[in-house]
Amino acid sequence: MSTITKEKMSWFFACKVEDVPANGGVCVKYKDGQIALFYFARRGEWYASQNLCPHRKQMALSRGMIGAQQGEPKVACPFHKKTFSLADGRCLSDEHECAIKVYPVKLEDDRIYIGVHPIPG
Amino acid sequence: MKIVVIGNGMVGFKFCRKITERQIPGLQLVVFGEERHPAYDRVHLSSYFEGKSTADLLLAPKNWYADNGIRLLLGDPVHHISPGVQTVTSKSGITESYDVLVFATGSSAFVPPMPGTDQKGVFVYRTLDDLDLMKSAARKARRAAVIGGGLLGLEAAKSCMDLGIADTTIVEYAPRLMPRQIDQNGSEILQRQLLALGLKIRTNAYTTSIRGDGQATGIGFEDGTSIPADMIVISAGIRPRDELAAAAGLETGSRGGIVVNNKMQASHANIYAIGECALYDHTIYGLVAPGYEMADIAIDNILGGDRSFGGFDMSTKLKLVGVDVASFGDPFPPPDTCRVIVFEDQVAGVYKRINMTDDGQYILGGILIGDASSYNMLLQKVKNKIKVTGKPEDELLGSRSSGDSAAGVLGLPPDAMICSCESVSKAAICKAVEDGHETFNSVKKCTGASTSCGGCAPMVKDLITYTLKSQGKYVRNVLCEHFGYSRQELFDLIRLRNLRTYDDVLDHIGQGDGCEVCKPAVSSILASLWNDMILAKGNDTAQDSNDRYLANIQKGGTYSVVPRIPGGEITPQKLMAIGRIAEKYNLYTKITGGQRIDMFGAHVGDLPLIWEELIAEGFESGHAYGKALRTVKSCVGSTWCRFGLHDSVSYAIRVEERYRGLRAPHKLKSAVSGCIRECAEAQSKDFGIIATEKGWNLYVCGNGGSKPQHAHLLAADIDSETCIRYIDRFLMFYIKTADPLTRTATWLNKMDGGIDYLRNVVVKDSLGIAEELEREMQLLVDNYKCEWREVVETPALRKRFSHFVNAPEDKDPNVRFETLRGQKKALEWK
Repeated sequence: MSTITKEKMSWFFACKVEDVPANGGVCVKYKDGQIALFYFARRGEWYASQNLCPHRKQMALSRGMIGAQQGEPKVACPFHKKTFSLADGRCLSDEHECAIKVYPVKLEDDRIYIGVHPIPG
Repeated sequence: MKIVVIGNGMVGFKFCRKITERQIPGLQLVVFGEERHPAYDRVHLSSYFEGKSTADLLLAPKNWYADNGIRLLLGDPVHHISPGVQTVTSKSGITESYDVLVFATGSSAFVPPMPGTDQKGVFVYRTLDDLDLMKSAARKARRAAVIGGGLLGLEAAKSCMDLGIADTTIVEYAPRLMPRQIDQNGSEILQRQLLALGLKIRTNAYTTSIRGDGQATGIGFEDGTSIPADMIVISAGIRPRDELAAAAGLETGSRGGIVVNNKMQASHANIYAIGECALYDHTIYGLVAPGYEMADIAIDNILGGDRSFGGFDMSTKLKLVGVDVASFGDPFPPPDTCRVIVFEDQVAGVYKRINMTDDGQYILGGILIGDASSYNMLLQKVKNKIKVTGKPEDELLGSRSSGDSAAGVLGLPPDAMICSCESVSKAAICKAVEDGHETFNSVKKCTGASTSCGGCAPMVKDLITYTLKSQGKYVRNVLCEHFGYSRQELFDLIRLRNLRTYDDVLDHIGQGDGCEVCKPAVSSILASLWNDMILAKGNDTAQDSNDRYLANIQKGGTYSVVPRIPGGEITPQKLMAIGRIAEKYNLYTKITGGQRIDMFGAHVGDLPLIWEELIAEGFESGHAYGKALRTVKSCVGSTWCRFGLHDSVSYAIRVEERYRGLRAPHKLKSAVSGCIRECAEAQSKDFGIIATEKGWNLYVCGNGGSKPQHAHLLAADIDSETCIRYIDRFLMFYIKTADPLTRTATWLNKMDGGIDYLRNVVVKDSLGIAEELEREMQLLVDNYKCEWREVVETPALRKRFSHFVNAPEDKDPNVRFETLRGQKKALEWK
């Protein structure tokens, strides 16, 4: 989130708005990785995070239910309902659980882009 | 001040946590641990074999120590102590000085001196490493024997069974199992339960040798007999780890243990010992709760306080191999000093004993086997010396007049210790509630109550409810932060306002964005009210994940597919169709408990293709993924069976086809038996039907699962049409009034008036709603459509069934399978 890394951010085209269900998520293929993309239609907001749930290492977060806790956007893993903040990635339901990585999202017309940092090395 | 702690077990960890909470300026804390792992939950060690990982069992993640300024040195046991110059030296050569030294070295498994214990295949049951060794050996082992029938021995035996060794024998020297905690009668009940689970038991058996020639092959007894076993677990007691202390010149007991005074000080004033390595008043306290108390006392004294340890209650409650076992207070005082009340039910496998004072006024202690639900309350009455009011036998059987059973917590004095693991009193919990912690999780976090063994959770919840009520607060069972209503209130509001989508409901009677609690609950209500297609636009993402994909997500992220097979009847042709389709899509197949066939390992993108073929063969959705009607199981009935009274298969098919797709607060199961022999097990179902000479008997509100409950007879000797009408009313009443995720059994248990009230509503129509209930059900029945057919035929819906939105043809490359018995299985998760 710091300004130093911001400059190195590169944006890739994920999909179009119509491809993502309102108030739900999809999984986006990026190189060999997977990114979960969420559309909070009620708030007109977009979020992206790693698709892997750190609890049991399952590629599943994009299939989870989204919602909010005290206004903070979150996703619940379909496997064991661990919930993660989509604002900063921390686990909301279990303080000992690892946080997930979150990515910035931007919209150009009906095209959605996700911001990633080139993997160092 | 610099404190060195030797040992990073449960008690050592508790010491660290409690002392860091005091936030003492300038405190340096160094911890040496012998094991590779930081402190983990040894009490629930056997859950490691039930799928819990090392990470799940850790009391705190590794970084917790550094975050709290603690230097944790793992895998590096202390080798030498020099009390004169106040230093310790570890195996790797690290030397640390100390102002205060704390022994929390715990204990090791006691291995009786006898020949053969050094062979392959001989294990102790103590650490995660021990468990890993057992795990790898279990693959080849065929017979297991556990030496020792105490608490740990029984846990170890369960673990052997969990590891897949069906032939497991428990060997106990004493005439009964758990000789220190329970009496002969209790032990017999426990033994019977264990035998029923397939464990073998040998008491009065004194093991003298372990046989074998490098690999254990069996154990030999004093009487010359032997039993074969290639995996032997020794669980014959513990031995305090006092060898370091003894070498350093500290006083130790003749049978082990570092001698401490009531301040937990060893024979050097600045050295303390806590937990299972400490010998106080000639006693080793082999439980975690007294160890925690010792940690507290030691901290208090190190910091200049003067609290003292006065012994500790050794009451315990645990679930052994699925059987409740509890012993509290004094479980067997000398017969001439007390009076005993005993209840024994050999049918249900329940044994309860309480020891009362001669005058019958106070409880001294007791034993509970098979049902330990009254443990917390009885223990409090012993500890707080609460006078028994009313009939003493009610303490054991529960008051049989109806009343508020939870009111019991009110009778406890403020200093009653509700959570003995974390030393949280009733007053502390009530204070937390008064300070605004009004939910269980919040109270748990604030007070620490219920964070260790969790046994006190029901009492904590009762206390929260009663404290809130006493403040004049209306305790409402609201859904979540987005809806200030109970499910029943929501149901009525949604119907009255004719709301059709989740967003509509949220806009009109909720707030915020919703969450994983209210979304499936509201979706279930919408489905129960209108029976619209659940994946219709706007409702799809409000479904629980399994409903959203109309399949059950399984390990690895693939799905399982269950077509409906009404009544369990299937033609050879359809069987072959399932076989062909499963083979084509490389699916693992298994017969389910509900008389149908489950196909596992389907990629999300294959689901519509699989269903297209299944539908073409005449199948429809089985709703295995939904909180909905699952199966109506049947026996073959009068068409073939020489005992059958009616055609149970035809009736089961009729019932299943009537209620298929019916969404409810929880899943629904049913069965129809053709005679009183009850081969379809209808009395364990949400609604079950049994043929009689005159018609059908209808049973309701039974279930299997973790808390099995038999169904109650709702109506007897009714004809087929009446039976359907009663089921219509019963199901609709349940759907309209139950809390989310509440099975019919729990719903009935919470219902004022119980089955009599339910019978009045359903059979006698005491509320005058029977007709309305039947009409509502008929609407749902008429609106039924196969969800999978709709998906297969609707391109927009089909499109959602792909893993990658930007590469719809690609499957998830992370999905991997292994092979087991000629079929695939999901790769084990970490």
